[in-house]
Formats: sequence, structure tokens, C-alpha cells
Amino acid sequence: MLAKRIIPCLDVTAGRVVKGVSFVELRDAGDPVEIARRYDEQGADELTFLDITASSDDRGILFRIIEQVAEQVFIPLTVGGGVRQVDDVRNLLNAGADKVSINTSAVLNPQLVADAAGRYGSQCIVVAIDAKQSAAGRWEVFTHGGRKATGLDAVAWARNMQALGAGEILLTSMDRDGTRSGFDLALTRAVTDALEIPVIASGGVGNLQHLVDGVKLGGADAVLAASIFHYGEYTVQQAKQYMAQHGIEVRL
Amino acid sequence: MVDIAVVDYGMGNLRSVQQALRTVAPDASIVVTNEPQQVAKAARVVFPGQGAMPDCMRELDARGLRAAVLEAARNKPFLGICIGLQMLFEHSAEGDIPGLGVLPGKVVRFAANLRDAQGNKLKVPHMGWNQVHHAEHPLWQGIPQDARFYFVHSYYVQPQDNALVQATSCYPQPFVCAVARDNLFAVQFHPEKSQSAGLALLRNFVKWNPV
Repeated sequence: MLAKRIIPCLDVTAGRVVKGVSFVELRDAGDPVEIARRYDEQGADELTFLDITASSDDRGILFRIIEQVAEQVFIPLTVGGGVRQVDDVRNLLNAGADKVSINTSAVLNPQLVADAAGRYGSQCIVVAIDAKQSAAGRWEVFTHGGRKATGLDAVAWARNMQALGAGEILLTSMDRDGTRSGFDLALTRAVTDALEIPVIASGGVGNLQHLVDGVKLGGADAVLAASIFHYGEYTVQQAKQYMAQHGIEVRL
Repeated sequence: MVDIAVVDYGMGNLRSVQQALRTVAPDASIVVTNEPQQVAKAARVVFPGQGAMPDCMRELDARGLRAAVLEAARNKPFLGICIGLQMLFEHSAEGDIPGLGVLPGKVVRFAANLRDAQGNKLKVPHMGWNQVHHAEHPLWQGIPQDARFYFVHSYYVQPQDNALVQATSCYPQPFVCAVARDNLFAVQFHPEKSQSAGLALLRNFVKWNPV
């Protein structure tokens, strides 16, 4: 049967992998190419790179990183951050990305998702949603790295993105991101139950049980984590073995 | 002399296919090309595909590549990948259109509301690493039975002739994920993104000398 995916996430700025708490307080975690290679060797199912500054200088650096990783690592690579137009999607795909993640621009210009999916196929369009709880059972979409509220309901927005051609949703709980207190399982469950396309749970992983909970309780198709892998606490292999011991189908 | 031509009809990204081929055949000359003559000259042909099949068929014809692809599929080691597998069949439910008709059979969509044995919803597209149960063929050499490969697709092939089937996967019912006939081999998954198992299959393809 299909395996649940484990996706290490590399937040990249100025050519380095960094990790923050609740989208701020960045801490250096190392060289992206080296880290990508290590995770591939450990059995990562995919890798996600997020260009968290997306300034024009950093853009060139990111492209070179993706090119280098794509020459050595033969698993799917998702790249996001600062994708504003169909040309940005094309350039990232040409650099070696297999999927491109669109976040803020999907809100500002939903047609971008439709145009990019129409041109390159839904399989390479991931819509990233940063959501924050606004009331019991309700979550609001934020953009600009979590700085701007949109008034959009996360579940309705995810459905809308599916309808426009997104192939997958990368769902981050802003309340949990960097807290190491586990995924927002209610948010994950609400979005995954509303969709036909796969959902990647993100934000809050602090231990391996959180990954199990994301799949079993949250219903996620894939789980994304950063800091538990970056600082050597757990290997991807250990995470997979733990999930397998808890009855989850994984690629070992 | 072109050793391997990767057919580029403008749909999706072929860089990863090229990169993976370079890794398994560092000394081969590999071209990514939209020119029929280049395809005709190549010793081996890789026929990838991404996106929607109607777009793929249209773009293939817009570049005048149909005849060259049909010719290669008859005469030389030929590897179809993803939509490149689906296009070989007679008809696709995606857009209700004819395919290239190289192989008898059709392309159908996964049913809506699929559930696994525990009752969990199965998403479409079928995306991620699934087990591939394979038959005997030189392209599977050294690849463990039920090894996992990376898939992303919403449609799958139903060959009319069971003798074509080289592998199946389950979602949750078995579906055909590889076919072969003579000089032709085609897979639904992405060997270029399937780490060591995928590279092993590509390595087998570049060495393959079908009689």
C-alpha cells in the first residue's frame, strides 16, 4: 500500500538552513546541500525547501542550491517562497524542483494557481496554507510569512485551491510552528477530511509520537518536520521505524 | 551519435529525467529534444510526460513528434514514464480522447471515495511511494520484489492483453503500473524520483538490448 511520507523541511535564507520559533528568532542549522544529502541517505521521502526571505539576492543562491541538490538527490523536491508568477514556477522547475509551493501569491492572485496547474500540471503545484485558530473549530489563513491576516477560512480556502488545480496542500499551524508541542490535529483533520487531494501536516513537531498522531489522529497523508531532524535529535530513519512500529505504512 | 533521446514536447520538467540518466550512464550522450530527427537518430528513447493527457497529445502533435515516437516505440529500446505510459494506449478517460494506440487498452481514473482496509479516505492523485510487484524482465534485474517507487497520478492503464503486464501496485485494488512488449517498456511511477530503486531501473534500461 501507499506509504505515508516523511518530509524534512529546509527553511533557507542567504544560502543557509535556518529554523525559527513561530516564524521569528532564526537559528542556523547548516549547509542546505549537505543537509539534503544527509536526509536522502536517511530515507526521506521528499524534501521541501522554503526560501524564507525571497529577496532578489537570495533568489540566485537558492537556484544554485536547488541545482546542486537535484544533481545528487533523486527524490521529489518541493521549493517555495516568493513565487509570484507563472515564470517563477517555470524557473524553479527548470532549476530542478519537482513541485513548487505557492503561498501568499495564491491569496493575492488565485488565478496564478489555476494558470500554473494548467501549464505544468497539478502534480507540481502545492498550495501552502499558514493557518491560525480564530475560534473553536475555525482557522484563519495568514500570508506574508504569517504577518498578514486575510479573513479567509482555512478549510474553505483549501477547497477553493483544490478546485483551482492544486495537487497538494502544505498545511502549517502558525500556533504550533516552532513550539514542539505537536501538530494542530483538529486543523489537520478538518482540512484533510474536506479534500480529495493529499495534505501535508506541518508546524509543531517535537517528538516522534507527534508524527504518528499527525497521521493517525490528524489524517495527514504526509508529515513535515524541521528542527527534530536538523539538530540531530532524530534521524529520518528513526522516525520511520517509530511510525512503522505504530502500524503506519512507511518506506523503510 | 545520440545514445539516448528524451522526448520533450513542452509538458513539464525533464531535467530530473535527464539528470538521473546522466547519473546511470555518465558516458552516454543524452539529449532532451523536441526534434523528430533527433529522436529518429537516437539509439534509445525515453518518453516522459506530466500534466493532463489531452495537453500532452496536443503538444506532441504540435511539434510533429508523433511519427518519430511511434517509430521509436516499434524499433528501439523505448521507456515510457507516467503520461508517457498512458499515451501509448488506445483511449483515455482524461478528456475522452484517443491515445497513440501502440498498445491495446485504455486509461481510466481512480474511483472517487476510495477507502483503505481501515476505512481511511484514500486521496487522488495517488501520490507517494508505493510497492511495485513485478514480473520477470531484464529491467527489474536487481530490484527487490515489492520495492517502493514514487507515483503521482490520477489515472492508470488497463491493458487489454494481460501478457503486457510487468508490474502491479495497489490503491487499494491492484492496478497495472508497468507494461512491456518487445523493445518497449513503460511505467506509471517516476524512476527518476525513486531513489536507488528508480536509478536501478534506469541503469537496466540503458544497458537493455531487447532482441
